[in-house]
Amino acid sequence: MRETPMQRLLSFILGWGTALLLFFPIAWMVLTSFKSERDATSPNLFFTPSLDSYHEVFARADYLSFALNSIVISVGGTVLALLFAIPAAYSMAFHPTRRTRGTLLWMLSTKMLPPVGVLVPIYLLFRTAGLLDTRSGLIAIYALMNLPIVVWMLFTFYKEVPNEILEAGRMDGAKTAGEVWFLLLPLTLPGVASTGLLSLILCWNEAFWSLNLTSAGAAPLTAFIASFSSPEGLFFAKLSAASTMAVAPILVFGWFSQRQLVQGLTFGAVK
Amino acid sequence: MSATTDPDTASFNSEAAATRKVAPFLVMPSIAVLLAWMIVPLVMTLWFSFQYYNLIDPSARGFAGIDNYAYLVTDPDFWVSLRTTLVLLASVLVITVGFGTLLAVLFNQPFPGRNIARVLAISPFFVMPTVSALIWKNLLMHPIYGVFGALASTIGIQPVDWFAQFPLASIIAIVSWEWLPFALLILLTAVQSLDHEQKEAARMDGAGPLAQFFFITLPHLSRAIGVVIMIETIFLLTVFAEIFVTTSGGPGNATTNLAFLIYARALLQYDIGGASAGGVVAIILANIVAFFLVRSIARRLEV
Repeated sequence: MRETPMQRLLSFILGWGTALLLFFPIAWMVLTSFKSERDATSPNLFFTPSLDSYHEVFARADYLSFALNSIVISVGGTVLALLFAIPAAYSMAFHPTRRTRGTLLWMLSTKMLPPVGVLVPIYLLFRTAGLLDTRSGLIAIYALMNLPIVVWMLFTFYKEVPNEILEAGRMDGAKTAGEVWFLLLPLTLPGVASTGLLSLILCWNEAFWSLNLTSAGAAPLTAFIASFSSPEGLFFAKLSAASTMAVAPILVFGWFSQRQLVQGLTFGAVK
Repeated sequence: MSATTDPDTASFNSEAAATRKVAPFLVMPSIAVLLAWMIVPLVMTLWFSFQYYNLIDPSARGFAGIDNYAYLVTDPDFWVSLRTTLVLLASVLVITVGFGTLLAVLFNQPFPGRNIARVLAISPFFVMPTVSALIWKNLLMHPIYGVFGALASTIGIQPVDWFAQFPLASIIAIVSWEWLPFALLILLTAVQSLDHEQKEAARMDGAGPLAQFFFITLPHLSRAIGVVIMIETIFLLTVFAEIFVTTSGGPGNATTNLAFLIYARALLQYDIGGASAGGVVAIILANIVAFFLVRSIARRLEV
């Protein structure tokens, strides 16, 4: 109403222009994945689409094991983080003490430890404990890596639940565990879900520990894609097909949880 | 009535008391694992950084004093890597925060299909780093088969071999593409919370769009921009996967940042002591940033 049609047109052109420009590499990747290897190396827009590259990637005996590793490690790391974080966030949100504020900030500060600063000890500890190239090793790392963010996000969601509801539950004889399980979880299920989703996204895309601590057995998709980096491996169509499959699920998750991501990624500092 | 409520009240009180007693301890497991996760490797890194310790030469062990640090600071590669780290950080910050702010304002204007355009624009943030890097390196920037090369040939200029001629700029482009959506997402959220009446009042007083941007929008965004800068800094100081799959730190040491230098020392040269000294430097760098980030978030935290 206030904007003139000219302004709207300008916003439309600039907005869609930048959006398409930013999205272009992803679109090009998806397009290339449907080309044959011969077509893939020329920027030709006209080609007969085929699923050959997908078939070939699937036919590699190990593709499914990489994908499975990604799923097991991301879900495992997220569930483990939630198991530790739910009681912690409950405790700090509903039974705060003098130290709660300090505890929250300290948890945040552990995120600031750069992974490369502790690469050497973690690598040596993993080697000694036989955890190198194991799923359980990465699950533990991912859970610890995301625990501060998960606690923070859950804490924010729990803060919004009125204490009276829990008290009413207690009146009806709910024990602590029951209070969390039967009252708090259903009430904050959307919050827990989006927290879990953020953790899943971060685990799925993590590419420092997965590249350094796995070789074959427990390597997730990030490492599988990295194996395409060798110069002789210039199979653009297969690279694109494998990449599309590795990216697609998380991209869709990301689209649906933008708003919660802002909260989680900035520790509630931007609203 | 009173006969039935009495036991209930009693049980409520005892349950509530039990909850009150138990609840504060429920945070303990998280604190314990995080403490271990932080302290143990930190102490080990510090310890190794003062030791002679090479995995392929087990005979040479022992206290090294500050030798590892002395070796590090006299190594030209270290200073190059530090410079690369900071150039990468500064360039990506300028690009993402600059364009992020402009795009946030743009995507706040009404236009047809705005929501879809927004979703497309933030998508790169959800692409895993190894995929981003390889798609850019092979499909886009490859001098012969890439899109950029083809475009250059079409308009009749010599295609550029990006990773050979401008290796660091290429890495900066990829990393900026990954983080611009993050800046946009956070800043857009902040722009949306801008008070409309304030802008309206400014318009009534005759403020043009530019004046509105500089005197109302930008000050409103300053806090969010600060948060974006700090969070990106934490991650950008240790960019790794993008370098690992594209240049492996080369050509020469042109794209070796501190993270890649430490990785190469530890897992390619097996120099545990030297890598740990580098690790300590990385931790100190990150903590300078972390100090400001934590302080800024603490101000907003209501417990």
